[in-house]
Parts: sequence; C-alpha cells; structure tokens
Amino acid sequence: MSQRIRVAASLAAAALLATACSQGSATKATSGEGGKVTLRYFTFSAAPDHVKDLDKIEKAFEKENPKVDVVVETAPFDEYFTKLQTSIAGGTAPDTFELNYENFVTYAGAGSLLDLDTVKGDGDPSVYVKESLEAFKRDGKQYALPASFSTVVLFYNKDLFDKAGVAPPTADWTWTDEQAAAAKLTDKKKGVFGDFQPVQFFEFYKTLKQAGGEFLSADGKKSAFNSPAGVKAARWLVSKVGKTMPTEAEIGGTADYDTNLFKSGKLAMWHNGIWQFAGLKDAPFTWDVVVEPGESAKASAVFHNAVAASSGTKHGKEAWAWARFLSSSNTAATTRVESSWELPPVADQAVLSGYLKDPKPANRQAVFDSLKSIALPPVIKRQQEMQDAVTKQLTEAAAGRKPVEEALKAAASEVDALLG
Amino acid sequence: MTLTAVRAKAGGTRERRAPRRRWRHAGTVAVFLLPSLIPLTLYTLIPMVASFWTSLHEWDLITEMRWVGLGNYIELLGDAGTRAAFLHTLYFIAGYLPLVYLGGLGLALLLNRAMPGRRLLRGVYFLPVITSWVVVALMWKWLLNPASGVVNWALGLFGVSGPGWWTDPDWAMPSIIFASAWKDLGFVMIILLAGLQAIPKEFQEAAMVDGAGAVRRFRHITLPLLSPSSFFVVVISLINGFQVFDQVKIMTGGGPGGATQVVVSQIYDLTFRYGRAGAASALSWLLFALVLLVTIVQIRGQRRWVTYG
Repeated sequence: MSQRIRVAASLAAAALLATACSQGSATKATSGEGGKVTLRYFTFSAAPDHVKDLDKIEKAFEKENPKVDVVVETAPFDEYFTKLQTSIAGGTAPDTFELNYENFVTYAGAGSLLDLDTVKGDGDPSVYVKESLEAFKRDGKQYALPASFSTVVLFYNKDLFDKAGVAPPTADWTWTDEQAAAAKLTDKKKGVFGDFQPVQFFEFYKTLKQAGGEFLSADGKKSAFNSPAGVKAARWLVSKVGKTMPTEAEIGGTADYDTNLFKSGKLAMWHNGIWQFAGLKDAPFTWDVVVEPGESAKASAVFHNAVAASSGTKHGKEAWAWARFLSSSNTAATTRVESSWELPPVADQAVLSGYLKDPKPANRQAVFDSLKSIALPPVIKRQQEMQDAVTKQLTEAAAGRKPVEEALKAAASEVDALLG
Repeated sequence: MTLTAVRAKAGGTRERRAPRRRWRHAGTVAVFLLPSLIPLTLYTLIPMVASFWTSLHEWDLITEMRWVGLGNYIELLGDAGTRAAFLHTLYFIAGYLPLVYLGGLGLALLLNRAMPGRRLLRGVYFLPVITSWVVVALMWKWLLNPASGVVNWALGLFGVSGPGWWTDPDWAMPSIIFASAWKDLGFVMIILLAGLQAIPKEFQEAAMVDGAGAVRRFRHITLPLLSPSSFFVVVISLINGFQVFDQVKIMTGGGPGGATQVVVSQIYDLTFRYGRAGAASALSWLLFALVLLVTIVQIRGQRRWVTYG
C-alpha cells in the first residue's frame, strides 16, 4: 500500500514530529551571545502593508531594551491559526503572538497563555481603554494586552457617485438607500458594480444586529438567528449577488478581487475595514467613508487584537515588556495612527486625535462614530466550525441553490449541534 | 531448483548452525535492515500507533488530550458530514477509475503500434505523472476558471457559455475527476504498455492464421493476457482514489458548498481548521479500514478475472 495512506492515517500524530522539525531551530536559539535574549513574535496583522511599521516599533523597543532581540514572524490570517496551533502542539510556540478576540477565548481557556500579571514590571494599567483591557481578562487574569482595534465602514468612490448624479452616502442611510444607489450605479457593460459585501459569517452577524436580531440566545446555549430579523439580514446580503455585486463565478476565485475592483475605480460602494486606508492612498479618484448603513439599528463590526505570551516561554519578563511596548508605548501608538494601520486602544485621546489629521479619507471621524454602536462577534468553543457552517449555508443561498429560509434553518441546526 | 528443495536446504543449515552463529547471523541481518527500519519505525509505525491512540481522545492540539474511548468513532459513524465525505470520495472513484483505465488503455494500444514520434509521445503523456500535483491543479484551476479561463473562452467562440467549472457544485467534482484522470493517464499507459509488450507475438499470429478478427483477438488474447497489469493498475488507482486530496485542496478547497469535500480533506479540516485531531485520527482509521477491505476483496476476487501466463 502506498505511503500516502499512512501519512493520511497519521496526519494528527505526524504534526507532532513535523512541527518539531520545521520550527525547532528558533526555540533552541533563544539565548544568544552576551546574555542577549531572543524573543519570537508571531503576527498576522503586519504583513504585507505594515511590516515596516512593525519594524519601526521593534527597533524602538530594542533600543530601550538592548538585551532583547525581537524576531518577527508573519503569516497571512488564513494560515495563521493553523501554524500557531501546530507550533503549540509541537512545543515550539513563539514566545509572544498576536490573537484576535474570537481566538483569545479559546487559547486562554486552553491554558496556552501566560498570566501576564505574574511577570509584569512597572506599568500603569490606566494607559489602556478600560473595556479593552477587560476584554482580554479571563477568570480575573490578564492573559493578553490589547494592541489594536479596527472597525468596518462603508467605503465609496465619490467620482462614480458624482458622475451618475447620485447623492453620496451619509450616516443616516438605511439599507434601502444603499440598495437604490447601488442599483443606479451598477453598469455591467462597463464592468462597474454598485456594491460589494462578502456573503459570510462576519457580515451576517453584523447585518443581523443591524436588522435588530441576535445571533445566540441570551444564555448562549442555542442559536437565535433563524428569526425574521435573520431572514431579513441574510436576504439583504444574498440579494446583492448577481445584481449590484459580482457572482462567485464572475469573481473566479481571484485573490483580492474586491480590493482591485475598488482601486481600479469600478466599484461604487465597498464594505471593508479601516486597515484598507493605507493601501488606497494613491487611488486616482476621490473616495471617502461613512458609518455603515443600518436598518432598524446601527451596528458596526469591531475587530480587536491583542498580544499574548506563550505559557511555555522561558522569557516571561521580556515577553511582558514587549507586549506592553507593542500595545501601549507612545512609539507604537503613534506609529499605528500615523500609518493608518489600526487604532491603538490607548486612553490618551490626544494620540487618537492625530488620526483625524490625515486628510484622506476626509470623513475619518466616521471611524470613531462607528464605535458608538458596535456588534461583537458571537464566540463559542467550536468557533471555526460555526463560522464555516454559517458561511457555507449563506453561500448556498447566494448561488440560488437554496431558499434563504431553508439555508438559515440548516445553519441554525448545525450551530445548535455545535453548541450541544 | 524447486522451492521446497530450497526450503529444505535452508532448514537443514539452520539446524546444524550453533546458537552463537545463529545470533551473529541475526545481527548481520539486523544491521542490513536498520537503514530502512529506522525511518519505517519513526515515520510510519510510531505515527500509526500514535494516531490510533489519538483517535481514542478529544484533542485540540493546544490542551491536554481527553480520553473518550470509541466516542469519536461512534460520532463519526452517525455524522452527516462523514457520510457526505465518503459519498463524495466514491463519486470521485466512480468517475476517475473508468476514465483513467480506459483512457490509459486506449493510449497504450495506440502507442504500442509502430508510428513516427512514438517515443516522444510516450514521454509527453508521462510528463504530467511526474509533475507536482500543486502545479497541475493550479494549471487546471486556471484553465477552467469560470471568469477568465481558456476553456470557457474557447467554448465562447462556438457560442457556448461554459459552466462554473469549480464554482458550480454540479460541475466541481467532474472538473476534479477530469484533471485527475488527465494527470494519471500516463502512469496507467506505461504499465499497460509494458503488459502489452510482454504478450508473445505468436499468440496473435496463430489467432490470425485461424481467421480471428481484430476484435476477437483483442477480446480473447490481448485482454486476458493483459489482466495482471490491469489488476495492478486498478488496485493502485483505487487506493489513489480513496486518498484524493491535493487536487481538491487546491482546486476547490472542498467547496463550493461542500460539494467536493472528500474523506482526506475532511481529515485535514478536522485537524487543522477545527482543532479536532482525535476525530480526524478516527476518520483516518475508518478510511484505512475501508481501503484495506476493498483491497482484500480485490485480491480475493482476482482469480475470477486475472490470468497469469
């Protein structure tokens, strides 16, 4: 019998060996010459647009802490957690790593994170926004320090609106306004689309809240999205596909299709995160942002990232110092603000006000306005399976293979099974 | 010398040999086996035992393993996702096996004739076999791209609007089957070609003298005498079919809407996407059991249709 079946049969166990081989060298070299400590940091948010900015923060940290050498490793978000998971299983976890809020819950619960209070040095906790700091506590222990947050807003190409004689979006818009404008702006002959909002879990839980619905029941033990509000939200997402937004076949799996469509001036409205600001700097047309239109309520998605240390690290104190520097130092905060990376969760409003000074996009205030009513993602133990199940059913509905009601019903029963 | 004679002689030697020499002999054998024994133990036997052990636990790779006994197996056997994965795998095999066998046989018959450029063509058809699956899958994904692929462009020239080859759930599996058969045709061709050339020319000539036509000669001489090669090809292709993964992972990622989620991609997702290494290991063993069963049945059944000599 061929060797591949055995490999397949032992995928899980092989992970133990494979990761030990591929990443082992970095752990061995944690103490360099002259008592210098090598500290590994693994991140998903830096590459590709902000590697230089992270480098700047790293250099400043090493200047202040000459005995620490920070080694940065990056991975795209899609692969990040697979790599992190296998490195932890293989005992070669990076000393420090980035975690988003959804995954923080899993990792903190699994005992993979170092209680940072046990290694902390001098440092005032009041430099952080209190809610942010609290979000990364579990059982009264600070398992990670909040490093950045970002929100999703509605980007629009003002030139396209002006040319079509359509009034540009305002903060008062509802779905109906967006729908009407998108229909007018779509010109398939010219390859211009009115709207782009991915049909997936993250857009769904948010639009659900915009429609006045809840994803989980109050006790978190059952799904609650198979409701009139859920149907409304799902229908809103699905209704764009093929009308004001390209279908999956038209996209043809092209990477960054939506980003390129917007950059080439062929997309009027685009639901995306503020981390896109830097990449749009040189777009040859006028663009701006507004808070996403709501329906019965306003709700904006917020993504929250933090820095954690591995429970197995030998350099707890250095790990804390780096996490603290990366999350709250003036250098880190201003670098994030100036490069329009993501926002630092620091209490000092003066730092954040620098964010508004950048002239592009003009309505930067929308970023702060979007924080007034936020939608946080539902978090369960089997998170990824839940996200995949919801996305899969919505995709079925978007392709017209299932009525929306049926897709939601199927998604709800799958999520219930995951909760049970 | 007959086999029994050899055995008798070997047995005789062993009896006469002193215990010490016997040990030395065993030691020599062990030393020669060592180079293959070490990797076999490290990378096959230990992982296999470990994966069985893992399959009896719940393990998310980051917490301690938790004993669940046969829980994973019981859950998988009643799980709709598992059933779908096995059905999709069988669907793949049902399309792939006939296509790759008949296609390979056709090519082998064609290239067994004297014709100009025969060697070159044999090489060309074998090229995909030695090409990495990643390259082949990316190439087919690009050719079959519903939006910008060459295939749909060419169909468009004839006024046919091509399907969403890997975005439409009805077409995704046929696309994967087609790409897989295209890649493996050369392998089947080479094996069958060797089989064809081993058939003594006298049989064909004798049948011709007896007045047998081309069809009858093919049916009563070529096919039966080719059966050992056919048997080998079918066994190997079937096992490959059960293990289909690379092309699925790259071309569709199991989608659209789970339409091409096969057993091995389910194993991959369970481990690396959902942090369920225990369930993934259990599923691996279920697949192993099925492949073993099918292979045993084939070996038992071969005497019905395989002719040696």
